[in-house]
Amino acid sequence: MSRISDHPIFQLALCRVKEFLREPEAVFWVFVFPVLLALALGFAFSNRAPEAVRVAVERGPGSSELEAMLRSASEVEVQALDAEDAYDLLRSGRVALVARAGDTVEFRFDPARSEGRLARLVVGDALQKAVGREDVWEVRAIPVTDVGSRYIDFLIPGLIGMNIMSTAMWGIGFRIVRKRSDRLMKRLLASPMRKSHYLLSHAVSRVFFLWFEVGVVLAFGYFAFGVPIRGSLLLLAFVALLGAMTFSGIGLLVASRAKTIEGVSGLMNFVMIPMWVCSGVFFAYSNFPEVVQPMIASLPLTALRDALRAVMLEGATMAGIGSMLVIMALWGVGSFGVALKVFRWE
Amino acid sequence: MGWNVCCCPHMRQWLPGLAYSTWVPLIARMRKLAIECTALKKHYGSVKAVDGLDLQVFVGECFGMLGPNGAGKTTAIEMIQGLIQPDASEVCVLERSWRRNERELRRRIGTQLQETKFAEKLTVSETLRLFGSFYRKAFLLEKVLDTVQLQEKRDSWVSKLSGGQKQRLSVACALICEPDLLFLDEPTTGLDPQSRRQLWDTIRDFRRSGGTVMLTTHYMEEAEQLCDRVAIVDHGQIIALGSPRDLVASLGAEDVVEFGFEEDATVSDEELQALPGVAGIGREDGRVRLTARRVHQTVPALMTLVEERGLTLNELVTHRASLEDVFLSLTGRHLRDE
Repeated sequence: MSRISDHPIFQLALCRVKEFLREPEAVFWVFVFPVLLALALGFAFSNRAPEAVRVAVERGPGSSELEAMLRSASEVEVQALDAEDAYDLLRSGRVALVARAGDTVEFRFDPARSEGRLARLVVGDALQKAVGREDVWEVRAIPVTDVGSRYIDFLIPGLIGMNIMSTAMWGIGFRIVRKRSDRLMKRLLASPMRKSHYLLSHAVSRVFFLWFEVGVVLAFGYFAFGVPIRGSLLLLAFVALLGAMTFSGIGLLVASRAKTIEGVSGLMNFVMIPMWVCSGVFFAYSNFPEVVQPMIASLPLTALRDALRAVMLEGATMAGIGSMLVIMALWGVGSFGVALKVFRWE
Repeated sequence: MGWNVCCCPHMRQWLPGLAYSTWVPLIARMRKLAIECTALKKHYGSVKAVDGLDLQVFVGECFGMLGPNGAGKTTAIEMIQGLIQPDASEVCVLERSWRRNERELRRRIGTQLQETKFAEKLTVSETLRLFGSFYRKAFLLEKVLDTVQLQEKRDSWVSKLSGGQKQRLSVACALICEPDLLFLDEPTTGLDPQSRRQLWDTIRDFRRSGGTVMLTTHYMEEAEQLCDRVAIVDHGQIIALGSPRDLVASLGAEDVVEFGFEEDATVSDEELQALPGVAGIGREDGRVRLTARRVHQTVPALMTLVEERGLTLNELVTHRASLEDVFLSLTGRHLRDE
């Protein structure tokens, strides 16, 4: 009884870890799926590099000079076509404008489409400069991509929060109900195992996995999309830990009475789906009506996500996220307390 | 500690009948009690799962509760193990009560419950190590693996074990703390005959080392093979108690003759009773069961009677009387109603 590896909490947690790692599907959903989701959403909503304006030049007298002039302009992609082909492309939107050379250069474009209006300005400007127009007042353009305000920056903290929530709830709730329905819980109770050891072992194995499941998504965001981590890593770890403990408490409460896997699955979804929708994982909850805002803000996932985001993107300190930490702690302590009262061991 | 065997002083009433009752008080003075309870009761709504059960199990003996499915055996054994709270009566185990000495008792008893599904993706030795960690004393993994003959399977996942191996793992988890008292709830249900024998050997080994066993079963053969004493349980009550030999002897006959007639012919009970060596008569689904003291006289006489009447027997079976016959004679039903 001297070695730590013989301690019941260690053994219970070790078994939990081994069982999980031997379940390839579970590993996929916890570690791979969030990364795939971030990847897909990150690309779908990424800010693309400015695209060139596509224009066609109608073949005819003087068209090659016109084409050469446009070819030398930046931001313009030009091709020379016969009239018929050029108008076909214009109609189908594959070029935004067709130019025809002559004494007066003619632009054909659809002014109802923004690409058309843009092309008219860009091409007009390029031609005027090519024939020697001087700007009267010099303008200097400075391109700006604000790291921290992109969609992927918004998404990553939300995904981390969601992952912490799902793994804590499923990991604890599912497992407890499974043990109960397998009558393994009763068998454990027939041994001298302490109930507190059993519950603590869940927390221990949760903490063990937490670093990996948060780390994977965080590292992915950082290296693949340059999502910034402006606050202290230590504080970020603390927020994640508090979040994991909060949702472990809620998971325990959800699983405290359920007898079947089906029953607990329903309860889990009942608790989690509203938070997925409301807590601003995928889109800002400021879209919801003013009246429900305080309610949304007091949800544990909202608090966790806001705290993660504040630390990562705004470099917030402990003081800056104090209210969110309090909300999480209250949820955690409250649900754990109630769970212990109503928990059915067999 | 002396020879004061009772922790519950009101425990002095005994079931009537059976030769056994004459020597119980004698034994009781000599041996300590491992389990004692009086009028143990558990009702679920209108269902009387256990309805006034009196039990005394002595240290060192193997005690069996024999009864059909749904007789209340599991509820009873789980109450004795402190897993279900009885409606009435306090259970004394190893001279301790559950209320005050739960921790100590949990360390001293070994448990095999019905239908426990161990974690599928853990190996045999990982499962045993987990259970071993709950006990203070160092456990001997190798020894337990040897005892239940699972050495070869020690690194196999539980999901890869056969039914018999799973059951032996369950018993191994019960033996890992080297318990004073071992509870086995239907240990061999659903096992093939070979696995059953292997488990019986394990249980006998445990007894040889001085352990006490309490088991439930609905196999009369298992009770006869393993148990010093058997309580036959039906509808949550004990209807007979004694050693397997005494219980069978209570039938007053060593053999059973069973037969039926081709025709709807009836032979009266009086006529059958008049046959030589017949001790008792039972009828079931048109079949007749005679318990016989001297089967070698009964059967020829029966054949003669059948021939005189011009009847035809459609089946004739004789076998040694067993606990099954005791149950049948007490309840009119079979232990296993298939």
